[in-house]
Amino acid sequence: MSDAVASLPDSPDGTIRPAQSVVTERPWIRWLLIAVALTFLALFLVLPLITVFAQALAKGWGAYLAAFTEPDAQSAIRLTLTVAAIAVPFNLVFGVAAAWAIAKFEFRGKNLLVTLIDLPFSVSPVVSGLIYVLVFGSRGLFGPVLLEHDIQIIFAVPGIVLATVFVTFPFVARQLIPLMQEQGTTEEEAALTLGASGWHAFRTVTLPNIRWGLLYAVLLCNARAMGEFGAVSVVSGHIRGLTNTLPLHVEILYNEYNFVASFAVASLLAGLALVTLVIKSLLEWRYADDIAAGTRRH
Amino acid sequence: MLALLGPSGSGKTTLLRIIAGLDFPDRGRIIFGGDDATRVPVQQRAVGFVFQHYALFKHMTVAQNIAYGLNARRRSERPEKAEIKRRVGNLLDLIKLSGFADRYPSQLSGGQRQRIALARALAVEPRVLLLDEPFGALDAQVRKDLRRWLREIHDRTGQTTIFVTHDQDEALELSDRVAVLDRGRLEQVGTPDEVQERPVSPTVLKFLGDTIEVEAIAQNGQVLVQGRPTPLTAPQGLSGPVKLYARPWQLQFAEADTAHLHGTVRSSYRTQGRQRIEVDREGAKTVVVEASDTARLAQGREVGLRIVGGWVFP
Repeated sequence: MSDAVASLPDSPDGTIRPAQSVVTERPWIRWLLIAVALTFLALFLVLPLITVFAQALAKGWGAYLAAFTEPDAQSAIRLTLTVAAIAVPFNLVFGVAAAWAIAKFEFRGKNLLVTLIDLPFSVSPVVSGLIYVLVFGSRGLFGPVLLEHDIQIIFAVPGIVLATVFVTFPFVARQLIPLMQEQGTTEEEAALTLGASGWHAFRTVTLPNIRWGLLYAVLLCNARAMGEFGAVSVVSGHIRGLTNTLPLHVEILYNEYNFVASFAVASLLAGLALVTLVIKSLLEWRYADDIAAGTRRH
Repeated sequence: MLALLGPSGSGKTTLLRIIAGLDFPDRGRIIFGGDDATRVPVQQRAVGFVFQHYALFKHMTVAQNIAYGLNARRRSERPEKAEIKRRVGNLLDLIKLSGFADRYPSQLSGGQRQRIALARALAVEPRVLLLDEPFGALDAQVRKDLRRWLREIHDRTGQTTIFVTHDQDEALELSDRVAVLDRGRLEQVGTPDEVQERPVSPTVLKFLGDTIEVEAIAQNGQVLVQGRPTPLTAPQGLSGPVKLYARPWQLQFAEADTAHLHGTVRSSYRTQGRQRIEVDREGAKTVVVEASDTARLAQGREVGLRIVGGWVFP
């Protein structure tokens, strides 16, 4: 479109008008809006981020690095990585399956399934955690049975994994459903008429078509899985060196007035967020090209 | 080569998808050369389907697209890599896109994509080739070229082909037989000449071109309009009020005392060497007359029209 506008300026009397969009605002309104947006961003996003790193480095590099080498911190890092390593692949498989079913097939209860997938977004994380305590806790629904067999879920790693899976449930499915719906089913149908089995068509046609969206979704899912606080806090029991994830570790340190260590560990999470953001932007950039190529039909 | 012709919503595409195995019939059977294929899954039906919007795999090159069906086969039935490459090369020659093997579909024009979709469907050596509105999304000139080219390929390969279209000219020009569908019903199947010369119903007649509808009376095997006999003969056993249908070129200007219809000229225009005149009739529908020899007629001039051909239906 911008090309068309730029090539139009020859007015009938032969003078050249500057290329200008009809929908643009007056300069001072534009500057005002930009200023408001930037101030807001600086105040609520950039400033806190700088504070995290400033506080973390308040007592120099030695204290900063010490916060990570300490055994409890090491254990928290390990646990967080473990939980993410289980929750993310699980939700990846579930999300792709659910999105595939919803986008490519018609069946009863489809709307219900979509609503259920959204549930973790609308429920407070604390409630999500409590659900598992009520189901698997010692006084919970399956409490006696689990106790009998000496299986501990609540206040142990399985509970943390469950809570994380629940909270990060919608990420992959939510991202893929609109993408797969937009792409429709004709390419899959084409593959089937050419003799491909359902699985072969999925692997060679569906999956490559959603790969960028999928990567993007996994990234967001991972960020949330590592950063989840509320639900995990309820089921973890805060046992140092055993059931503490990184966000919980930050809170404990903070409550002990160990600000440097607390902010140091927090800076790790903030760093993760920044890396996620950068990769996400790179993907969006790449992915936008892909989408454009897909929709350019004529 | 069979054309499925009908207005939009008449069930052409659905029928084509049922033949392919992408949709399922409530009743009836699909028979391929004597074999019942109704319950054969789409993968084993050996059909080549060309979709309206081509449905090329956009993340694959042209060569990968064409080879897809061969690569999708089980290892025991899959041709050697070199053999696949050779066949892809032959198909690219056939569709005259030899230099394009490594391009992606997004780098090609609509007509080129259509040809690749066709090559991809032909690569699996289908028993029947199914084309859904194959030229629907292309502009007029490309469409004409592709039509001729498709017919050439058909003549050369002898491939059984069924294509869907809502364009009568396309169906009549390209196919050996035409099946006219309307609202889910098959109205008539026949050669292009048959359906044009002997349409079985007013629906077929109207769909195949501009028609003029006139009230008439069948009497003793004759068809009368306004009490004057026409050259048409009434079908056996038909008498009383009937409907007469004629094409624009089956009307001629005539003196008032021999004319079947009267009216005033509303407008006249020339298209592709022929003169078309719209005539307003009092208390009846406007008719279009086509004449090759008439000079432009002044608007508002009174004219008489004689019917020289047409069809009669109850």
